[in-house]
Amino acid sequence: MQSNESILKVRDLKINFKTYAGTVQAIRDVSFDLKKGETLAIVGESGSGKTVTTRSIMGLLANNASVAGGSIMFHDKDILKMSQKELQGLRGAQIAQIFQDPMTSLDPTMKIGRQIAEPLMVHKNMSKSKALAQALEMMKLVGITDAEHRINDYPHQFSGGMRQRIVIAIALINYPEILIADEPTTALDVTIQAQILNLMRELQEKISTSIIFITHDLGVVAGMADRVAVMYAGKIVEYGTVDEIFYNPKHPYTWGLLSSMPTLDTNGAELPSIEGTPPDLLDPPVGDAFAPRNEYALNIDTEQEPPFFKVSDTHYAATWLLHPDAPKVTPPEQIIARQQQYAKMQQELAEQAREHHVEEEEEQP
Amino acid sequence: MADEVKLTAKSFEPLDRSKNLDSEKISAPNLTFMQDAWRRLKKNKSAVIAMVILILFFIMAILSFFPSVLPHQPNAINTQYANLPPKWPGVDINGVNGTLVQGGSRINAYAQAGAASNVHFWLGTDYLGRDLLSRILTGTRISLTVAVVATLVDLLFGVTYGMFSGWKGGRVDNFMQRLIEIIMSIPTLVIVVLLMLILKPGMWSIILTIAFSSWTTMARLTRAQTLELKEQEYILAARTLGESPIKIAFKHLLPNLSSIIIIQTMFTIPSAIFFEAFLSFVGIGIPNPTASLGTLLNDGQKNFQFLPYQMWYPAIVLSIIMIAFNVFADGLRDAFDPQTKE
Amino acid sequence: MAKYLGKRIFYLLLTLFIVITITFFLMKLLPGTPLTNEQKLSPEQRELILKQYGLTKPVWQQYLIYVAGIFHGNFGTSFQFSDQAVSYLISSRIGPSLLLGLQAMIVGVIPGILFGALGAIKKNTWVDTGTTIVSILGISIPSFVLAVLLQYYVGLKLGWFPIADWGGFAYTVLPTLALAASPFADTARFIRTEMVDVLNSDYIELATAKGLSRMQVIFHHALRNSLIPVVTIIGPLAVNIMTGSMVIENIFSVPGIGEQFVKSILTNDYPTIMAVTIVYSVMLMVVLLITDIIYGVIDPRIRLTGKSN
Repeated sequence: MQSNESILKVRDLKINFKTYAGTVQAIRDVSFDLKKGETLAIVGESGSGKTVTTRSIMGLLANNASVAGGSIMFHDKDILKMSQKELQGLRGAQIAQIFQDPMTSLDPTMKIGRQIAEPLMVHKNMSKSKALAQALEMMKLVGITDAEHRINDYPHQFSGGMRQRIVIAIALINYPEILIADEPTTALDVTIQAQILNLMRELQEKISTSIIFITHDLGVVAGMADRVAVMYAGKIVEYGTVDEIFYNPKHPYTWGLLSSMPTLDTNGAELPSIEGTPPDLLDPPVGDAFAPRNEYALNIDTEQEPPFFKVSDTHYAATWLLHPDAPKVTPPEQIIARQQQYAKMQQELAEQAREHHVEEEEEQP
Repeated sequence: MADEVKLTAKSFEPLDRSKNLDSEKISAPNLTFMQDAWRRLKKNKSAVIAMVILILFFIMAILSFFPSVLPHQPNAINTQYANLPPKWPGVDINGVNGTLVQGGSRINAYAQAGAASNVHFWLGTDYLGRDLLSRILTGTRISLTVAVVATLVDLLFGVTYGMFSGWKGGRVDNFMQRLIEIIMSIPTLVIVVLLMLILKPGMWSIILTIAFSSWTTMARLTRAQTLELKEQEYILAARTLGESPIKIAFKHLLPNLSSIIIIQTMFTIPSAIFFEAFLSFVGIGIPNPTASLGTLLNDGQKNFQFLPYQMWYPAIVLSIIMIAFNVFADGLRDAFDPQTKE
Repeated sequence: MAKYLGKRIFYLLLTLFIVITITFFLMKLLPGTPLTNEQKLSPEQRELILKQYGLTKPVWQQYLIYVAGIFHGNFGTSFQFSDQAVSYLISSRIGPSLLLGLQAMIVGVIPGILFGALGAIKKNTWVDTGTTIVSILGISIPSFVLAVLLQYYVGLKLGWFPIADWGGFAYTVLPTLALAASPFADTARFIRTEMVDVLNSDYIELATAKGLSRMQVIFHHALRNSLIPVVTIIGPLAVNIMTGSMVIENIFSVPGIGEQFVKSILTNDYPTIMAVTIVYSVMLMVVLLITDIIYGVIDPRIRLTGKSN
């Protein structure tokens, strides 16, 4: 399902917000690719710029936001340079979005069937009855029971989980190439969260869409994503495949995030947390923005921003600790355990591959 | 990119933690709620202008307390000088040179009235020869006093009622809200008129009447907010610690209700000004010969066809005060409402 | 629905009863009888007239007679016009008042909606500033000042419409405009605030994310959601118009109940004052009831049946 073709290329994106106190540099040189059919998770704490990034992809930036540089290439066209008309053609057709709070994101005075059908009517000039028929199919697909009867209900007649299914139906009705899910489960109960995540995975299989999954919850990422980008203070600090980020993290911020996540092995002990608060982006610090909170910080962290160091073909991290001259530091215990597990996994994989190789050779006449 | 910069060995020494990198540093100035509201109010030009106008009117109103400041005695009748148009010393422009058009030709009304050349009425006189400027100044004072005092009474009663109702909750709240609903389904003007008939005409009855007819809105707003605040953790904490309800009301509730109360007050004052003017205009408000903006309008209206200035001036003053209050109240609401923050 | 209506009507009647009772006893507290202005009567004549008005009986009896009378549409006899039943005074005058009130409501609310919506859509532009200035003026300039100005400049100077009296559509134009100014401004401000809120809501963002154009977002989603709550301010607007009608009818010599009310107040005609008070209260309560019902019908979130979902 996944291919190596990138359908979305974000390059050196810079976004500023004008506020009374000055210009906030919310996004500082963010670059990433989204491949066809994959799920890319963007992880970070609130204010790290995850949402602003996705809004710029939808062309939905707030009035006081301005793009200070960079490009967002979607099929060789720069979204940042598109006209309103082009953006309208894009939104809800090729790129769709699921919002955080299903309780407020549906029009309270419009029947849900109509709300789901609307993108069809707008983008495909479909007649109302035809669009409603498709909406009904989509309602069934996202698991709304008794869809025939409920198509004429209003949002307030549904529970939170059901409303999020409706929001998903609206987003997917045009089979978009890219689905942006901005913390789609944050506002829901834990059990409902799992249902919605399962649904999204199922639908991704069926519809073969690429997903950008925004979350602050690493636990959700593990089961959802193919690749993960970790954001901190308006920058991506580490990215790689889900296994690389979970089992072989290199950036101290990722270490902090992973250590503060409860696992099956966490018994009773207090979860470690990352001390301090993110920097004020009105006046971003010189060097590594994470340095003040980083117990492994080096002198150079306060002088110069770390570039991305390559860990593997798919795994990069922006921390001076990866520089050949940097001292070897000992990550937190949990991370060491994770890295050991990773090494074991790699070894097993390698063995499997070798056996496979041998088998193949044997089969050859 | 990393290779372009010279990296010394020292660069890779662990950072000295004692250097105390302050990640908590916040570049944006740290503003309290009130400071933040004030900052946003200051940015709203029209609200600031409205505020300045209101301050000027209040200063004029206070000054009019001292008879020596006024050009003439506001209630002094001088029939010789009745209905004189405005005359400004040394200015010869129609409208302010003491002339008016009578029977198709412009005549000098001051000469006709036999006034000496040093007699000036800046805004003219009314049908009894009373100086309009002095009357407008005192009238503004009376109208503002009525409105402000009425609003304060309304505030005192409405806020107490609302806080009590919200705090008590349950049956008491239910009963008190039914009572408000009943009062609210009687048109305000009916209440006002009935009360005006019962109380002796005069300033205090107008004040009480206006206060009584407008406290319900304040009470409802306060109650709604109190109901919400009551559930807040810090109020629960104060209750658990055994603070008396009175103390909680003053220490915790009132400060948090203040923005709502201030905004509502700023909207109540112009409506009180309106009701005073309305009652006086109808003829059941401030009794003669005391001037208020309403009585001045009522007097002026009778002669509007022939001496339009007699109504124009009080009407302009009244409208400016109303506009200023409304604009200022709008500005305050925007300033206090964090939702409009941008 | 039936249960809700029943409850509402019960409260309406209860409120009405309270209003009647309070007005009655307030009026009894007041000095003055139908004879205040006629001092030179012999005691026998006085007695006769008081008896004619039923004022010689104990107060509680007068009260019962009054309440019973109301159910038969009898509000007593006017003090001012001793030969006229109050009910006649009112029924002959309610027509012009209702007509003016209704016209003012329509002329005020519909342009008010357009103005407010325009201001919200064009927020922070000169259009917004312009509509805001107009609505601030409408709220700030008292209707009676506006009425005098209209009467003089549009009626007398331009001669477009009759300046007073009653006798056809042309006569209603100026009083309607004077009455409509305040509801117009109130509606415009209300809609603007409401619509700015709606335009900032999550579902408008979702509608935009669906690929709807700005106009589609406004017409399919924003307008409906901000128009529905307008129903809730119809009651307060009616109060506004009633208040205004007292002076406006006076200024334009419209033979309505507002003008009658002022006359009765100035002449201490208590039976008429009471009757008009009751009529005004009934009108307001009916308007409030109707608007509540309409609100329940047009807003899917509110079902008057109280059925839980």
